[in-house]
Amino acid sequence: MAFAAFGHSGSGGKAKNAPASLGSAKVALLLLAPGIAYLSLFFVAPLVSLVITSLQVPSAAGVIGMYDYGFAVGNYAEAVVSYFPQILRSFGYALVATLLALLISYPLAYFIGVKARRWPLLQSLMLTLVIAPFFISFLLRTFAWKQIFSNESWIVQTLQTIGVLDVNQYLVGTDFMVIFGLTYNFIPFMTLPLYSTLERLDIRYIEAGSDLYAKPSKTFWNITLPLSMPGVISGTLLTFIPMAGDYVNASRDFLGSTETTMLGNVVESNFLQTNNYPSASALSVILMSVILLLVTFYVRKSGTEDLL
Amino acid sequence: MKNFSLGKYALPLYSLLAFVYLLIPIAYTFVFSFNDYVKSNIAWRGFTLDNWIYVCNEQGVCEAFTNSILIGLISTFFATVLGTMIAIALVRYRFKFRSAISLLLFLPMATPEVVLGAGLAAQFLSTGTPKGMGTIIIAHIMFCLSFVVVTVKARVISLDASLEEAGRDLYASPAQVFWKITLPLLMPGIAAAALLSFALSFDDFIITIFNAGPESTFPRFVYTAAARGIPAEANVIGMSVFLLAIAIVVSVQVRGSLKAKRLAKIK
Repeated sequence: MAFAAFGHSGSGGKAKNAPASLGSAKVALLLLAPGIAYLSLFFVAPLVSLVITSLQVPSAAGVIGMYDYGFAVGNYAEAVVSYFPQILRSFGYALVATLLALLISYPLAYFIGVKARRWPLLQSLMLTLVIAPFFISFLLRTFAWKQIFSNESWIVQTLQTIGVLDVNQYLVGTDFMVIFGLTYNFIPFMTLPLYSTLERLDIRYIEAGSDLYAKPSKTFWNITLPLSMPGVISGTLLTFIPMAGDYVNASRDFLGSTETTMLGNVVESNFLQTNNYPSASALSVILMSVILLLVTFYVRKSGTEDLL
Repeated sequence: MKNFSLGKYALPLYSLLAFVYLLIPIAYTFVFSFNDYVKSNIAWRGFTLDNWIYVCNEQGVCEAFTNSILIGLISTFFATVLGTMIAIALVRYRFKFRSAISLLLFLPMATPEVVLGAGLAAQFLSTGTPKGMGTIIIAHIMFCLSFVVVTVKARVISLDASLEEAGRDLYASPAQVFWKITLPLLMPGIAAAALLSFALSFDDFIITIFNAGPESTFPRFVYTAAARGIPAEANVIGMSVFLLAIAIVVSVQVRGSLKAKRLAKIK
């Protein structure tokens, strides 16, 4: 996993160095039980609650915002029909932003992981720069972009002057701006896993390619890229998931408008503002199902040991 | 790669540009923390240090900050203890359902925050639990736990088991071996995990908003303020946290590299 690779060596934990004398099942159980119980109670059970809530029906008493237990599978159909554009936008934005993040991150990760290999301190300082955006509040850095691209900003003024934008056309509130924000905010999640596979890549394979008179582009497509596939897969997974569920970038007060609402925005407003819990839950379950499909694909590809 | 033929400079130059791009919003936030703004911190109106000196004059920002620190510390403590225990068990012991447990630990990291937030909120709703600081902390421990496991696990794997064997050979009890040898050796990993956990908790907005009562947190303050323009005092707090975090990380890296150089000399 990306996070394990950052700053530490080694992953893919096999219990190689487990001393036999330590390995009693009782101790293992004692160590695991509290944390696993915690996750069962506050991660698994809530997912079940979400499914139960998504099937609820409006209360018989007719009180708005109150629901009775039921089996209203129709809630899902209703949610998909009413929020189809938002669902499409969530996955569409996330897909485009993931690809952009991959394109931007790959050369950077290659530079840090392969070219800068001889200078470990420089390498780790550059990695710090990659994760630097994480140290400043997510909301503050997103808001900064809003100000930088605001309607009165010189960027927008210039684009209007040279005719890229019409006179009354702006950037904030557009698809472009939301995708821009998503790309920026999740780039480190892409760069880190790419870095961690490229860092371990045996440079002799690439040299062999050029020794055999392969064109650099051929070496890249036939050697470098296939060898860095694990990083590409986990990077795309790690960026796509939070992007698809994000709602801050698309929010009206940040980079979006009413034209850019995503699934997350709908879940937030249905859950916290209009108290339409079944609809919000159904949408969450849909989002989670898509993510689970992706994770399953990932596990098939690389097995569960590499997950953590 | 292209750069083998395109000359030595394309890739370094590109990387430099990428770093500039990554740092632009941080530079913006920094500059505008010194803005002598009146109503909204949007147009530049002149340099002042007042925002830094009188941070708490802006209503609500310091209360929100204190709440976030408190939530961060408590959740980090519990997440780190629980996560370290799991990490040790995963590396050192063999047990059934290993891949099921790996999956259970991975899934919270792979679940979108809005699903985690809405799920817990639905559960608190159906059990009639009133939302407040307690429910925020419960949520934060939950999503920080897996990140702790991942970070500490890497350290447990790289641990030299022969040191512990030496302890046992010298008749140390299992408890002594753990407290005197294993735990100190794991400390750098545990510290890194705690830092990560604190950073995640401090910056969390989405899960928090679903499970918070009336109390404010720093991200919540910023979100509410965003509708009318974020006050420069919020930039001050954001930047302080940023500078502190960078200072910690860079000093750890520089120390690590000096240590590596010394070891290389001995060899």
